[in-house]
Amino acid sequence: MALLTIQNLSLGYESRAIIEGLNFTVNEGQYLCIVGENGSGKTTLMKTLLGLQDPLGGQILIGDGLKKNEIGYLPQQTLVQRDFPASVREIVLSGCQSRCGLRPFYNKAEKQLAADNMERMGITQFANRCYRDLSGGQQQRVLLARALCATQKILLLDEPVSGLDPKVTAEMYSLIKKLNDEGITIIMISHDIETATRYASHILHIGSNIFYGTKDEYLESEVGRFFLRNQKGGEADD
Amino acid sequence: MIDKLVFYFQFPFVRYALIVGVLIAMCASMLGVTLVLKRFSYIGDGLSHVAFGAMAIAGLTNLTNNMIIIMPITALSAVLLLRTGQNTKIKGDAAIAMISVGALAIGYLIMNLFPSSSNITGDVCTTLFGSSSLLTLSVADVWTCVILSVIVTALFVVFYNKIFAVTFDENFARATGTKADRYNLLIAVIIAVIVVLAMKMVGTLLISALVIFPAVSAMRLFNSYRSVTICAVVISVVCAFAGIIISILAGTPVGSTIVAVDVVAFIFCYIAGMFVGGARA
Repeated sequence: MALLTIQNLSLGYESRAIIEGLNFTVNEGQYLCIVGENGSGKTTLMKTLLGLQDPLGGQILIGDGLKKNEIGYLPQQTLVQRDFPASVREIVLSGCQSRCGLRPFYNKAEKQLAADNMERMGITQFANRCYRDLSGGQQQRVLLARALCATQKILLLDEPVSGLDPKVTAEMYSLIKKLNDEGITIIMISHDIETATRYASHILHIGSNIFYGTKDEYLESEVGRFFLRNQKGGEADD
Repeated sequence: MIDKLVFYFQFPFVRYALIVGVLIAMCASMLGVTLVLKRFSYIGDGLSHVAFGAMAIAGLTNLTNNMIIIMPITALSAVLLLRTGQNTKIKGDAAIAMISVGALAIGYLIMNLFPSSSNITGDVCTTLFGSSSLLTLSVADVWTCVILSVIVTALFVVFYNKIFAVTFDENFARATGTKADRYNLLIAVIIAVIVVLAMKMVGTLLISALVIFPAVSAMRLFNSYRSVTICAVVISVVCAFAGIIISILAGTPVGSTIVAVDVVAFIFCYIAGMFVGGARA
């Protein structure tokens, strides 16, 4: 059984469907990139996978012993967070919230987990620094460490490199790849088709045409070739 | 001056005022950080106007304890206002403006139509600016305030980590299984309780000051959520204490004196923040 099985899913707002008849599965260890034009429903799909929004139809089945609250999530940054007075440690620790249940405070194991994940993301030296004083790339690492506190199995990332400079972007991608190599399943929204095709094992293309398959199949497919050409053409025009 | 203070402290009502004032200031500032960061600063203001309207309605019923009416109405409005923060047709700020101004107008209308005393202007002024009602507290008022403060503080401490998680990133908290709606509701109800309590002290117009000033002052100085929260409470308590003492000595209105002290504290923190965190933009 797959980690996630999506059956005949319809998404959208207020009964107006953006996507209909979506079917795909995510197995353990996969690196799935979700690509598509702006407004094609990438973020809506992710919100639905996370249970933040109800699907209009169809089903999301969770398998392989994955629990609903064991999904790590790296959201796009919100305005509120940009000047939030909180230390890095506090934020990473808040990723353990779902482990607490109704227990009001974090226990030793959770604090250790937070420390381990800070180490893993290379942000231990910032533990007591204020989140708003960090650079964009460092902030993303903090949020990634927090997401890792919430999950051992699967990470959903929503445009993890938006607003980062090329060097930090590359670091971020290799960091995500490293996590994938360690066995964490990755589902990532990206508008950067080049990186998507470089790192991903599978591609889900949504929009007027829906495509799901391995990276190589995508590169061979009609949809993929067209989209790739368009994207590159678009970049050349800039 | 000391003699004068000692003389005044012989009166129980002065001691009550001090106890109640400090407790309310503490409760109000605790959630201030969360409200400011969630962009809900104005909710205290909106709610206090609702409380004003509710108080006018309560005046009609001639109940001795008007809390029974004011508290539920205010809590309900708090829940409604926080709900508008999420995708609804009317935007949050517009909703707050509508509810608060509407409640203010209706409250004043009711007070005029059914005057409970001959001095309506005085009544309205008392409700809006608190005036001397802090010095007319009964023992029962003090106990109500103490009990509610203890409950608010206990709730805040127990749910501290959850409130932090929901404040910092509601979507993440929700996605990882925290019942964010429940905590938003809790925050709303706590604010309502604080607003109703604080109404006695600073009046409905100045409540926001108690909630916002200490939090914003503390945010200038500290870098972690916990230290900001603790600092806000300390600033708020010190300012309330100082404000009450000054108002007793100088004979100024209690509520506005406390707020004035809060403003001064903010200016100090702002300047200090420029030196402490010089690098911060």
